[in-house]
Amino acid sequence: METQLANTTVDVNEEGYLTNFAQWTPAVAEAIAKDLNITLTPRHWEVIQYLQNEYKNESPLSIRKIGKSGVVDIKEFYQLFPNAPLKAATKIAGIPKPASCI
Amino acid sequence: MNELNGEVRKMMIILSKATLENVYAAFVLANGARMEGIEAEMFFTFFGLEAIHKGKLEHLHTATVGNPALHMPTLLGGLPGVEALATSMMKKEMEKIDMPDVLEFLNILKASSVKLWACKLAMEMFHYKKEDMYDDLDGVITVGDFYKQGSGLGTHMLFV
Repeated sequence: METQLANTTVDVNEEGYLTNFAQWTPAVAEAIAKDLNITLTPRHWEVIQYLQNEYKNESPLSIRKIGKSGVVDIKEFYQLFPNAPLKAATKIAGIPKPASCI
Repeated sequence: MNELNGEVRKMMIILSKATLENVYAAFVLANGARMEGIEAEMFFTFFGLEAIHKGKLEHLHTATVGNPALHMPTLLGGLPGVEALATSMMKKEMEKIDMPDVLEFLNILKASSVKLWACKLAMEMFHYKKEDMYDDLDGVITVGDFYKQGSGLGTHMLFV
């Protein structure tokens, strides 16, 4: 389905994840983050960029992998994206929700 | 289902066994809760204490006797070396699916703000001291203390 984010029309699934990464822009990320009550800082952007690179490399994401990324440790990841960090961070990054149990 | 529309706010997970599959089940449940934004606390009691005992947590095994899911004759499961073999096979499979080892998993749980408690009664029974246990343990508490930790709406308790 379509929705309006940052004055542009984007395709999202029923959980609000972008279904077409080509439609992602930093402004769209800001809009999704605002919806999740997260204010994006330079640290957030570093993590977002890492997640998007992993997605482009078709490398599956997990909390363990985030911890080993060298970009952010697990503790900070939870602080940057409180509550459900992997779900929130991937949503903001415009990539699919990881189907990971760890 | 009126309270919070049944929303799960906190998982209190009690681990009473030290077989690898039970330890991992409890860890995955606790970590999975945090990944969903649900609080989680763990209570290690009886043999579950081995999962946080520094000298033992790296040597946990899969049970080969009394475990029908392994589809192995009970007699065979009891032979020397069989349990070690099954354990090493299981650990290899776990590494393949990106499952951390026990110590790394404990570190992940702590970094994810899971509270880890040891059962006072079981600690006394096994003559364990706090220094024997995982360094970042939140404390040694009674069952009553653990229940108190779980007070509030939307808390669920799970016994593994």
